[in-house]
Amino acid sequence: MAGDDFLRWLRREGRIVIVGASLAGLRAAETLRAEGFAGSLTLIGDEPYEPYDRPPLSKAVLLGKASPHHTELPRRREIDATWRLGVAATGLDTAAKRVRLADGDEVAYDRLLIATGVRARPWPRESEARLDGVFVLRTRDDAVRFRRRLDSSPGRVFVIGAGFTGSEIASACRERGIAVTVAERADAPLVGALGGVIGAVAGELQREHGVDLRTGVMVTALEGDAAGRVRAAHLSDGTSVETDVVVVSLGATRNTEWLAGSGLGAGPRGIACDAGCRAFDFRGIVTDDIFVAGDVARSPHPLFGYQFLSLEHWGNAVTQAETAAHNMISASSERRPHIWVPAFWSAQFGVNIKSVGVPGMGEQIMITQGSRAERRFVAAYGYQGRVIAAVSFDNARWLEFYQRLIETAAPFPPDFATVDRRAEGRAPMPADFPDPSLPTHGPTVTLSGYSPADRRLVFTPSRH
Amino acid sequence: MTHASLLQRITDYAHRADPYPLYEELRKTPVLHEEEGGPYLVSSYWDIAGLLHDPRVSSDAANLAAAGADVLGGPDETGLPPSFIRLDPPEHDRLRRIANRPFGPPHSPRLLDSLRDDLAEIVSGLIDGFGDAREVDLVDQFAYPFPVTVICRLLGVPREDEPRFRAWVDPIVANLDPDTEAGEAERRRAAQEARTHLGMYLAGLAEQRQREPRDDMLSALVTSQGPDGPMSVMEVLSTAVLLLIAGHETTVNLITNGMLTLLRHPEVLRRLREDPDLVVRIVEELLRYEPPVQFVPQRTCIADIEVRGVTIPKGSRIWLVLAAGNRDPERFKDPDRFDPDREDIQHLGFGSGIHSCFGAPLARMETQIALTALARRLDNPRLLEDPPPYRRNAVLRGPRHLRVGFDGLRPERA
Amino acid sequence: MRLVVDLNRCQGYAQCVFFAPDVFALHGEEALVYDPHPDEVQRERLARAVAACPVQAITAEGLDGTGETGETAAGTGEAVLHGR
Repeated sequence: MAGDDFLRWLRREGRIVIVGASLAGLRAAETLRAEGFAGSLTLIGDEPYEPYDRPPLSKAVLLGKASPHHTELPRRREIDATWRLGVAATGLDTAAKRVRLADGDEVAYDRLLIATGVRARPWPRESEARLDGVFVLRTRDDAVRFRRRLDSSPGRVFVIGAGFTGSEIASACRERGIAVTVAERADAPLVGALGGVIGAVAGELQREHGVDLRTGVMVTALEGDAAGRVRAAHLSDGTSVETDVVVVSLGATRNTEWLAGSGLGAGPRGIACDAGCRAFDFRGIVTDDIFVAGDVARSPHPLFGYQFLSLEHWGNAVTQAETAAHNMISASSERRPHIWVPAFWSAQFGVNIKSVGVPGMGEQIMITQGSRAERRFVAAYGYQGRVIAAVSFDNARWLEFYQRLIETAAPFPPDFATVDRRAEGRAPMPADFPDPSLPTHGPTVTLSGYSPADRRLVFTPSRH
Repeated sequence: MTHASLLQRITDYAHRADPYPLYEELRKTPVLHEEEGGPYLVSSYWDIAGLLHDPRVSSDAANLAAAGADVLGGPDETGLPPSFIRLDPPEHDRLRRIANRPFGPPHSPRLLDSLRDDLAEIVSGLIDGFGDAREVDLVDQFAYPFPVTVICRLLGVPREDEPRFRAWVDPIVANLDPDTEAGEAERRRAAQEARTHLGMYLAGLAEQRQREPRDDMLSALVTSQGPDGPMSVMEVLSTAVLLLIAGHETTVNLITNGMLTLLRHPEVLRRLREDPDLVVRIVEELLRYEPPVQFVPQRTCIADIEVRGVTIPKGSRIWLVLAAGNRDPERFKDPDRFDPDREDIQHLGFGSGIHSCFGAPLARMETQIALTALARRLDNPRLLEDPPPYRRNAVLRGPRHLRVGFDGLRPERA
Repeated sequence: MRLVVDLNRCQGYAQCVFFAPDVFALHGEEALVYDPHPDEVQRERLARAVAACPVQAITAEGLDGTGETGETAAGTGEAVLHGR
């Protein structure tokens, strides 16, 4: 079949399989139908639940403002799909174009979308991880169990890892009046995501709200009692903390093991794909029929030196799913690149933290508006003389301006006056990331245009 | 100049009834600077939206005055400090947070919801008041008294004092009109005198509330004890003047523009009568189609800003023409059509960014309730004069009178 | 009914809290929390909240009892805004 004929056939009666029935999988399915895909659509998910929203699980659910059983995502439209829920995909045969399932079934596809996401990284020592009272928080079942334990008023909750999820858990516990200890290997919370300057502010917030924050330490062991319940955590500084609940919040692992032997370029860092969301095989050759979206994807971003970004961001899952779905049923000339500017939010200790761009690339930071002491500010991150990211604490309404600066590769430090500039914002300072990963020097690429139809990448060759 | 500039034509009262063709012309030059020392007019949706979130754009009255004193930027001799609408952060944020404590979330999330029945009662009382008449002036008999009653009650200003404070409010509002023809010095003097009087009047009330706090916003402002500390007495007065005026002047126009638009689109009016839920979308579309604040003429830039290839130099005045942006075909399909069914109505009617309208939810609720009730209760309503006579003001644009004929009143419950 | 708020887009204008205070709340000055599964009695309030959102960040299902309302408004706005 010629390309056009194949596409017509695919759109009319082809088989599309989506592995991963969460946010990205659902939004992709909706987009496929919205764009006229009339063939068969199958969604495969290892959890027995229809797609639900995860961000509330560490916020509204823990505060008792939402039920962990009821965060199902609203549907944008009917999708008329076959759902295979509660059964994991266990293998992929790219030659035969079939997905193997845990129950022995196989599902054939003409186009495949992989959106299997990530799972919580467990406590590495299995015997300790199995102790009663040791939790992770990622899924609905995790949230049900953890919330039940919080409702029983534990004496202390011990959080391992002060990233966003760990900090949000600590915040919710404090709001409920539960004593909390947070242990973090770095010198402050959120350092990996936002650097030491902002991490210091996050650390002050925690301490002001009564968190027993221990930084620069590692948890060396979890100790159980005779009944198999956790009773203490031991730290690398020789101290130990008695606790009846431990939450392991050490980040996530990408769900790619089921692709072992499939020939796809899949590994612990995710599945590499091109800007159009097509998966690479392990030889670095792009596939025609396998697409990737959401947390499990690694895709090159023109604004950030074509680095392969892995983004565990809600908004990335939605946008990448929409782009992947569109591209799956479009001719190559109609395909779109996934050029979403990274953005995320976190709410903790009553403060709304939002970010755009890739703060982790930042070498320097400048407080352009407001004040850290007041916990209301905007900070811009600079990399090689351009604005690469920004973060706001309770100042979200300014952030879209900074997104524009990022998109247009505006110079850093910003050379203009802003309202609410304080003394601390007169000069940039080191952003203080523990281990900056620096991409190579290169040409500059910027985005222009407002609507999806007129968005353009503007390529400016390097002057050196 | 032999030809009047576009800015002059926009502010010219002769074009008040239908400024939209002028806005269309304006959008052809998205950043228009007609005269040395004059303002830069920005009229396309994305540019306005961008500037409303741009920290290089200041709302500070002092910056505006420095940018060349016009009617809007002249020095204030009333002794009252600028209200938060004419301040930048951090002062703006602090005052707005304190003002918000008794009004909205996080501290008073239920206030508005709890007012719904009261608002409906005021509305039905006003409509009942039409009595046996078969013709009313919807402005004087409905669209003005309704929000005035509401803001008086919320703020704690005696409703019966309305004739007194109206005499002060009118010259203040008139001074917000950048009509380039009128006698500027005289108008400004009158406005400042009125602002002084209104401030003194409110000072009397504030003093009472300090002694005997009641359940109203004025009491909350004079007794505020939040983390931002109390407002100074002068700050309370500036804020109260702002809330009293902004609390009704714009809503009058929104309601009147709303009924005028519905009477010009009888099919939508008929649907509203049958489906009251439609009012929610009607009000949003109205805020796009006939925004009660047509433009924001009080901003200046504190750095050079490039917009569509035009550099607006530091220190310039900027007018953000919201009503033009709301009808920008780059942003809205078929923008000159009033269509409450449009899927995307992300209008600029309340502005955006940190200065977005403080009273927006109240204005929304008032207008929703007002239009639903008028649609249900007026039997066979029709416009007796189209276009109606307009108020002078080019910024706060709306009919001065709206004569509506009808065959009678339907009972409260259909 | 079901709802989700795109909190990347949310700028804390809190219009939804004014109109449906039993569904939405501000946590601090700016952070929004909400019940993703509100009771049917909230239907009318939720519809007003969805329409009033100045950044069209709320997607709701079940507003008119058919599971279709709300999503269209948010859907279109989203396409445009993501382009920004």
